Amino acid sequence: MTASALTGAPKTLFDKIWDAHHVETLASGAALLYIDRHLVHEVTSPQAFEGLRVNGRKVRRPDATLAVPDHNVPTANRDQEISDPESRLQVETLVKNVAEFGVPFIPLADRRQGIVHIIGPELGASLPGMTIVCGDSHTATHGALGALAFGIGTSEVEHVLATQTLVQLKSKTMRVTVDGALGFGVTAKDLALYIIGEIGTGGGTGYVIEYAGEAVRALSMAGRMTLCNMAIESGARAGLVAPDDTTFAYVEGRPMAPKGEDFATAKAYWANLVSDPDAVFDHEVTLDAAKIAPMITWGTSPEAVVPVTGEAPSPATLSDPAAQATRQRMLDYMGLKPGPLIGTPVDVVFIGSCTNARLEDIREAAKVAKDRKVADGVRALVVPGSGLVKAAAEAEGLDKILVNAGFEWRDPGCSMCLGMNEDKLTPGQRCISTSNRNFEGRQGPGGRTHLASPAMAAAAAVSGCIVDCREFL
Amino acid sequence: MQAFTTLTGIAAPLPVANIDTDQIIPARFLKTLTRAGLGKSLFAGLRYDADGQERPDFVLNRAPYRQAEILIALDNFGCGSSREHAPWALADFGVRCVIAPSFADIFYNNCFKNGILPLALPRAVCDALMEETGLGANARVTVDLERQVVVRANGEEIAFEIDPGRRQILLEGRDEITDTLTHGQAIDTFEALRTTAEPWRPIVHLES
Ligand code: SF4
Repeated sequence: MTASALTGAPKTLFDKIWDAHHVETLASGAALLYIDRHLVHEVTSPQAFEGLRVNGRKVRRPDATLAVPDHNVPTANRDQEISDPESRLQVETLVKNVAEFGVPFIPLADRRQGIVHIIGPELGASLPGMTIVCGDSHTATHGALGALAFGIGTSEVEHVLATQTLVQLKSKTMRVTVDGALGFGVTAKDLALYIIGEIGTGGGTGYVIEYAGEAVRALSMAGRMTLCNMAIESGARAGLVAPDDTTFAYVEGRPMAPKGEDFATAKAYWANLVSDPDAVFDHEVTLDAAKIAPMITWGTSPEAVVPVTGEAPSPATLSDPAAQATRQRMLDYMGLKPGPLIGTPVDVVFIGSCTNARLEDIREAAKVAKDRKVADGVRALVVPGSGLVKAAAEAEGLDKILVNAGFEWRDPGCSMCLGMNEDKLTPGQRCISTSNRNFEGRQGPGGRTHLASPAMAAAAAVSGCIVDCREFL
Repeated sequence: MQAFTTLTGIAAPLPVANIDTDQIIPARFLKTLTRAGLGKSLFAGLRYDADGQERPDFVLNRAPYRQAEILIALDNFGCGSSREHAPWALADFGVRCVIAPSFADIFYNNCFKNGILPLALPRAVCDALMEETGLGANARVTVDLERQVVVRANGEEIAFEIDPGRRQILLEGRDEITDTLTHGQAIDTFEALRTTAEPWRPIVHLES
């Protein structure tokens, strides 16, 4: 028990979830934290299963674990075997490991397959109040449900598999309150990018961020997932939003969510998962939603972001020589000169990833694509986040709108978010991407990534250059 | 895990902030099933050109830094992806200690599982150490985890703080899972209590 649990001092949402999962305090002072849900994928798990095998250990709670291949998988020709031998071996290794250790598994051919952070909430495997981990930094996504969800390394994957716990030091708390309402054409993605621009890629380091305020409350669950997904890009361990009626309506009826009376009991418990009015955060940030425009990154860090009407900044405006050099390096890598971004020609548009590949995101893209055509010379991919998202989009006819406009309609997976399958940029190609990282080479060696919302990406696809999506909505 | 007690070695300067794990080890090298063999792909995008030839201007391609066991960088080292392949690649190359003003959380944690010491020191100290690496083959820095000091080439000692639990893990090269399994009783009790008190907590099931 932590001090606040004993004294009845006001608690933050994070404190409440932490206390409810605190198994004991270790001699070192660290906490042993119980993990409710462990999501597993093919890239960061092989060495963990191997570790169990070598030490003759079992998976403690297979029924708290869910595995799916997503990072490596092809997004076309799914009826054939994976052509890349290394990717195939990694996926086959996952199949073998889950069978050997009895872990619930969604195979590639299953209609529920998809990006791990999309399918967790979608299937009701991720729920409010849980501790959720995955060997992937964007596990923060699940925080949208009011869960404490964070990414871990492979050694910790093995630790959770073996013990269902993690040894943790408690993070500090930050609350980011966004007052007011987002303007026309401004989405959760723009809000996420704006926040990172404000606090910086290291601004959240050491913290768990609770997103609050009118603009956050007004977001759909999809929007909250986009927002929490990018908490890690500000360095935060996790991002979360207190569960409310939007959350409960989303969760109810999901395949793995509690049912009937159990749901009512769970809901009563979840409803308490809010920061007490007088809870003290280690750091508070307050922002005004009305100031936010559709955003786009110009550099190779998510904090290198401006409103679409803004400019790639000049290094000369900085005084620290190291910062100047970093900015110049970014501009050189991106093939940009200081100046306006609108009108910059693009080669590729990627609409997908755990940030923006839910049904709502595809609707946004389709709204822009309707009765328009992808510009000559532009390759535009839409990669739904899961098989269920894909099916739902097709039921609404969104695939037809997109395909008619010249977009490729692919099968679900991480795809060009990190270019581990064949969907990657070639050196020098410029891409507007709805993913979350614009690091050098992230989407393929030499590739140039501009992060933006689905509407911004679709608008760039039909224009052939960076444009303000508000003119297309 | 290999213990870390004290290390004297060549320190290589990497005066860049926000070095992300995609730079430390790009995604195309993550298709491996083992922890070994990633050293040759460490910093691949910076170390090699498009034809796979070494870029002579990259620090780890130059003497004496090819033998570097310590890296000195700027803020927010290891940000981005949770891939433990990043510390695996560093360790496989021979780097046992990274010194920077600040680290990203997941990378920082991952280092301790792999016998690597991520050492957060004030920016001014990092800058001073960075300058010292200009001494070439004499750029030997000692990192003494037992005494919690960094010893510069000129003998000056800089004390540092570190979480005692993490320090102990490194000093003894202990396996955390073995440690935690000794708390099996507490985990059992916790699980049992919750199952009785909160039976509505669902488990994973996939029948549709
Ligand atoms: S979509 Fe991208 S960010 Fe999300 S899990 Fe996959 S690789 Fe990671």
